[in-house]
Amino acid sequence: MAVTRRRLRTVAMNLAVAALALVTLAPFAWMVTVSFMPRYESSRYPPPIWPSRWTWENYYELLVRRVIDGAVFDYRIVPALGNSLLIATVSTLLGLLLTVPAGYAFAKLRFRGRERLLQLLVAALVVPGQVSMLPLFLLFRELRLVNSYAGVILPGLAGIFAILFVRQATLSIPDEMIDAARLDGAGEMRIFRTIVLPLLAPVTVTLALFLFLGSWNDFLWPLIVLADQHRYTLPVAVAAISREHAADGELMMAAAVVTTLPVLLLFLALQRYYIGGLLGGSVKG
Amino acid sequence: MTGSVHRRQQRAAWIFAAPVLGIIALVFVLPTLLALALSVTDYSIYALADWSNLRFVGFGNFADLLATPLFWRALRNTAIFAGLGVPMAIGTSLATALLLHDATVRWKPVWRVALFAPYVTGIVATAVVWRFVLNTRFGLLNWALAQVGVAPVDWLGDPRWSIPAILLFVTWKVFGYNMIVFTAALAAVPGELMEAARLDGAGAWTRFRHVTLPAIGPTLLLAAVMSVAGFLQLFAEPYVMTLGGPSQSTVTVLYFMFDEGFKWWNLGQASAVAFVLFVLILGVTLVQTRIGRRYEWL
Repeated sequence: MAVTRRRLRTVAMNLAVAALALVTLAPFAWMVTVSFMPRYESSRYPPPIWPSRWTWENYYELLVRRVIDGAVFDYRIVPALGNSLLIATVSTLLGLLLTVPAGYAFAKLRFRGRERLLQLLVAALVVPGQVSMLPLFLLFRELRLVNSYAGVILPGLAGIFAILFVRQATLSIPDEMIDAARLDGAGEMRIFRTIVLPLLAPVTVTLALFLFLGSWNDFLWPLIVLADQHRYTLPVAVAAISREHAADGELMMAAAVVTTLPVLLLFLALQRYYIGGLLGGSVKG
Repeated sequence: MTGSVHRRQQRAAWIFAAPVLGIIALVFVLPTLLALALSVTDYSIYALADWSNLRFVGFGNFADLLATPLFWRALRNTAIFAGLGVPMAIGTSLATALLLHDATVRWKPVWRVALFAPYVTGIVATAVVWRFVLNTRFGLLNWALAQVGVAPVDWLGDPRWSIPAILLFVTWKVFGYNMIVFTAALAAVPGELMEAARLDGAGAWTRFRHVTLPAIGPTLLLAAVMSVAGFLQLFAEPYVMTLGGPSQSTVTVLYFMFDEGFKWWNLGQASAVAFVLFVLILGVTLVQTRIGRRYEWL
């Protein structure tokens, strides 16, 4: 009796989780199948979930520049993909280069003003980024950074969260290890490179993933700072297309696939680091 | 000897930290201070063309704001978004975390990844997808509702439903994050305490109320604070899904700021909006931490 009740509970719990996962993933699955449907097929009731005929035509229209009767049709998704890739990659690399050493310094190196600066950084987390956006735009206009890649990348490099994240992870490295290396006469740079950095490798991967996804998905600032369509990042380009082509379900779904698939794959490949970074190593299996 | 070690450490620390601190000063501290200055000027498209058109207006921008009906509308909408959205999102996160925490559930890492996936994708692309999920005639949601006998809802076209519709999307997108945070907190609840409560004959609800909840209280509070701050900064969702409509029912404070600043180029006025937003977030954070202290969660 007790055994059957427990079995029943097990089945119910597992079914509930599976159903929840199904509902959560349904929009993604539908996004993919609709993107392969022939034009206007999704505008039917009941909504079809499987294409009657699989076709690449939406991707072709979206990605390939065509000239029809002298008029150029180009959604500029491929350049936007390139821009996004370039901006996210540079943002990630520069972000790591800037914040990992700084996070280490705040955790392990003694310097004047450290505690005061740390307090200021924590306090700064409360200020919403939008407060600085308007003057930043004017500032970048004076510096001729509006409409440039640097203008998109620069604000993201002020990684207060990243510094605190690295600092937190670095605190768990025993001081004795670093002190022993100092007694052996190793310079601070060498200690950082040969002792600290290898220990911080998993955290660095996690942070890299945070930075890359943050930059890839960023919308408001690129929307403000980029005026030239040729410099648009994917989210800005997709938002622009979606305003004109709200009714073209299949085309918009293809655009959504192009935007989300790279990050979903990246996340799947590195999910151990991402979720592990959030869990802080406290949960297994 | 120690003196030179300290000096070397000090020098290394500054080499490590100075570049990023410099960038923070340039793109964060300086603009934030400038925003304060901007909010007491009539900086507009005329000043954009020529600085000499700039005038000091004191608290004029703030007074103008209070006399702008759309600003009040945006404040009200944002309050509704936060008031409904925070319990919705946090509740979903906690429920899923508790479900996943159950000992009988298998393949936990797989479910975790599946439920977390929406969080890593961008708002714009997923909002595009959800606009079709929420479509009145051909959307998945209305189709699913029809199966249980609910008449079609004009999710994004009816001012009464536009906020719930966007909240549905936002909850779907963000709940995975706090689910993971709560999972970590639940794992830290002492097992002996749980076992003792069980032996004392405490039911599932009593155990949750008196063992689990106090243990995860601080995490819950922090998540709530972050969520409120997040919902107060809602922008991209209405921008892509409804353009603030229908009949301005989804204009948020940040949406209003964006339009004032970058559509009409009233940057002075928009800076005033930014500061109101900042004060609101600061205020809510302070109130929430105070409540937390009262219950000895912090």
